[in-house]
Amino acid sequence: MSATSTTSGNAAALELRDVVKEFEGNRVLKGVSLTVSAGEIHALVGENGAGKSTLMNILFGMPVIHETGGYGGQALLGGEAVRFKSPAEAMAAGIGMVHQEFMLLPGFRVAENIKLNREPAHPTPLTPLFGHGLDALDVPRMRRDARQALDRVGLGIDEWLPVAGLPVGHMQFVEIAREMDKERLKLLIFDEPTAVLTETEADRLLEAMRDFAARGVAVLFITHRLDEVRAAADRVTVLRDGEIVGQVDPKTTSVVRIAELMVGRPAAAAAGRRAFDAAGDAALTITKLMVDMPGEPVHDVSLTVKRGEILGIGGLAGQGKIGIANGIMGLYPASGEVLLHGEPFPLNEPRKALERGLAFVSEDRRGVGLLGEESVELNIALAALEAQGRFLRRFPIPALRPLDQGALRRHALDMIERLDIRTQGPTQQVRRLSGGNQQKVCLARAMTLEPKLLFVSEPTRGIDVGAKERVLQILVGLNRDQGVTVVMTSSELAELRSLCDRIAIVYRGRIETILPPGAPDAAFGLAMAGETAAAA
Amino acid sequence: MNEQIRATIKEIGLPRLLIAGFLLALFAVAVATHMDLRSLISDSITRVARNGILVLALLPAVQGGLGLNFGLPIGIICGLIGCVVSLNAGVMGVAGLAYATGIGLVLAIPAGVAYGWLLNRTRGQEMMVGTYLGFAIVSGMSIFWLLAPFKNPTLVWAIGGKGLRTTLALTGIYDKILDRWLAFSVAGVAIPTGALLVFGGLCFLVWLFFRTQMGISIAAARSNPRFALAAGISDQRTRIQASVLTTVLGAIGIVVYSQSFGFVQLYTAPLLMAFPAIACILIGGATVTRATIGNVVIGTLLFQSILTIALPVTSQVIEGDISETARLIIQNGMILYALTRVGKS
Repeated sequence: MSATSTTSGNAAALELRDVVKEFEGNRVLKGVSLTVSAGEIHALVGENGAGKSTLMNILFGMPVIHETGGYGGQALLGGEAVRFKSPAEAMAAGIGMVHQEFMLLPGFRVAENIKLNREPAHPTPLTPLFGHGLDALDVPRMRRDARQALDRVGLGIDEWLPVAGLPVGHMQFVEIAREMDKERLKLLIFDEPTAVLTETEADRLLEAMRDFAARGVAVLFITHRLDEVRAAADRVTVLRDGEIVGQVDPKTTSVVRIAELMVGRPAAAAAGRRAFDAAGDAALTITKLMVDMPGEPVHDVSLTVKRGEILGIGGLAGQGKIGIANGIMGLYPASGEVLLHGEPFPLNEPRKALERGLAFVSEDRRGVGLLGEESVELNIALAALEAQGRFLRRFPIPALRPLDQGALRRHALDMIERLDIRTQGPTQQVRRLSGGNQQKVCLARAMTLEPKLLFVSEPTRGIDVGAKERVLQILVGLNRDQGVTVVMTSSELAELRSLCDRIAIVYRGRIETILPPGAPDAAFGLAMAGETAAAA
Repeated sequence: MNEQIRATIKEIGLPRLLIAGFLLALFAVAVATHMDLRSLISDSITRVARNGILVLALLPAVQGGLGLNFGLPIGIICGLIGCVVSLNAGVMGVAGLAYATGIGLVLAIPAGVAYGWLLNRTRGQEMMVGTYLGFAIVSGMSIFWLLAPFKNPTLVWAIGGKGLRTTLALTGIYDKILDRWLAFSVAGVAIPTGALLVFGGLCFLVWLFFRTQMGISIAAARSNPRFALAAGISDQRTRIQASVLTTVLGAIGIVVYSQSFGFVQLYTAPLLMAFPAIACILIGGATVTRATIGNVVIGTLLFQSILTIALPVTSQVIEGDISETARLIIQNGMILYALTRVGKS
């Protein structure tokens, strides 16, 4: 169903009129007006920090809005002015939300999560005395409803499994199934739902979205992935710096144009490639590596990384591609034999890995990559400070060498400039930066180590188009100008193919095959499905 | 304007404003009832110098991710043993004080390592474990004080000649030796210069420590253990370092406290000593996961001034003494308030 087919004259499912929001004097929304019709899939795109999340928080009545002084302008739901003070009010009015960070109870079963607070129940003898709180749950019906909702989103898992331990992709679908099960839903908001999904999962999600729209639900879809916008959305609103800079029909507008609107500057050409010596010596030789990383186990990986190359590691989620770098860096228990420049390399010792000239940009930016409460400058310097004793003044007792604040500041300012980190200054808390800038801080930390070999995992996950390109350019620059060998793990095949000299595909904890970036799409597809041998 | 006031209140923190308001009210009453303000202020300053280091001792524990160190009595006991040993040996004056501190340090380092080791095995329960460990050790040490082979007749019970007395007077040994060093008075207010200098000096050293490699890694490991691991820091080790530091400062703190107070208090005296110190640092604006030297100084100043002034003022205004009640309400209320804030940043 498309926007044009909704009956005219009816009030829009959602209308925003001149919405304004300030945080401590900083205007993050500067008069946003927007309408979404019933049955429409409306995409909202914009770089991180454009104001998308704030707009969603306003719609969903998140307390953070209320606590920071509310907002200006009006929101109308089905023609009626609304002003939600809590998510409960928003939900009661028929707004649903699929969150970027899951709102699920890990200890509860899938069906319990789906039906939470809306459980079907029978009255019991205690009901007349104590009210409906003491009704008995109608478990069979709960399971039946949950099953139905799960089937509709195409998730074949048992509805009686606990949510804890499910892969992230499945959790996302449980959230969607929960919204699917709500009967009075008028508006459903997806907040970057595909950020954690694999490509096939993302396709299924888009289908679920169309299913909602077909039921007459207005869908507001926030995303970074422009190909998805083109695949699913009826209309696209582009938000930049708190203002709407364009509203376009995705069917007739190119991705490049939308990307341009978002970043407000013409998208730069793809990063330049450089030649690499395929016959050169090995930087890293991995033999029979096993890594015990929950969710991403590596069973038996043997792999040689050539000096000066960019090696890609690809594969589907859960197959173990993430585990390789984490194992070598000593973050998860690993065994096997690793040679670094021909010399034995100790596993399970993170500090030795850093001392031997390795650096790692983790896929888990907030969990492993950053000290959120600390300043940008300390985040950049900390690993080098610890492993190499840099940015410290002289003192007889090595552990008590005091910080050289001047050197730290100079280095941070230099990095901020070189990587174009958008920050209020080197002392700003890192958690206040947007995702893309946080990622640049992670890269700056790794670069500060001046590594010979750099592992980067999911370098562009959850960051906007502009920052994405910048991050990839930085990686290429390191490789080309400073001769750093780069091992890049990514779920985005396109990204690997645009950057890497060779791409190793991991399947079930083993290297399935190694392909050149120019190999046909089908070769990659088969490798990721573990069917290379069948094709040969 | 209204916004600005609200922002200022948020910046300073409501509890601190209330406590400061209460303190001002007490001062106002003191002025209105023509009390001797000079001696009140002198007493307040003396108590700040006396208690400051014990409050400071909590800072490394908070910064190291151990939470509020309810196990402070462990360090205190080490310092007390130091005092008793120095008294038993009969070392007088500054040398005696140094002797007591030295012995306290020698004991506090292994005690801190052991305490840290235990806390590493009871992760997430540090405050609970600290409380009970503190209680247990104080009780265990009560037996030690009775059985310890100290012979100096000024220390043991006069009758029977066995077991240490509950309070040991320091008169003529190192009673107020720091408080009196370079002491002077301004407009009738006595300033215990030496003790203040020691407190200030230690504050500076601790501030400096958290800007060294070890200090930075301790704070980083608290802030994000997985980040620390990736940066080559073992948070097991930094937690033990923090625990040693808090225990050592506790030992120094009690020696300074005792010289200012004029007595060494044994047996159950250290049992509840962690609580007022914890209330101080919290009133100063610290949380269970973050504390600064400023929190230590401001908190000690506010809380100790209230304790000093509340007693004379309340007995002036109301018949009877509610200062102890007020102390318990403020102290435990503050701890309770801080615990309700755990997990919110």
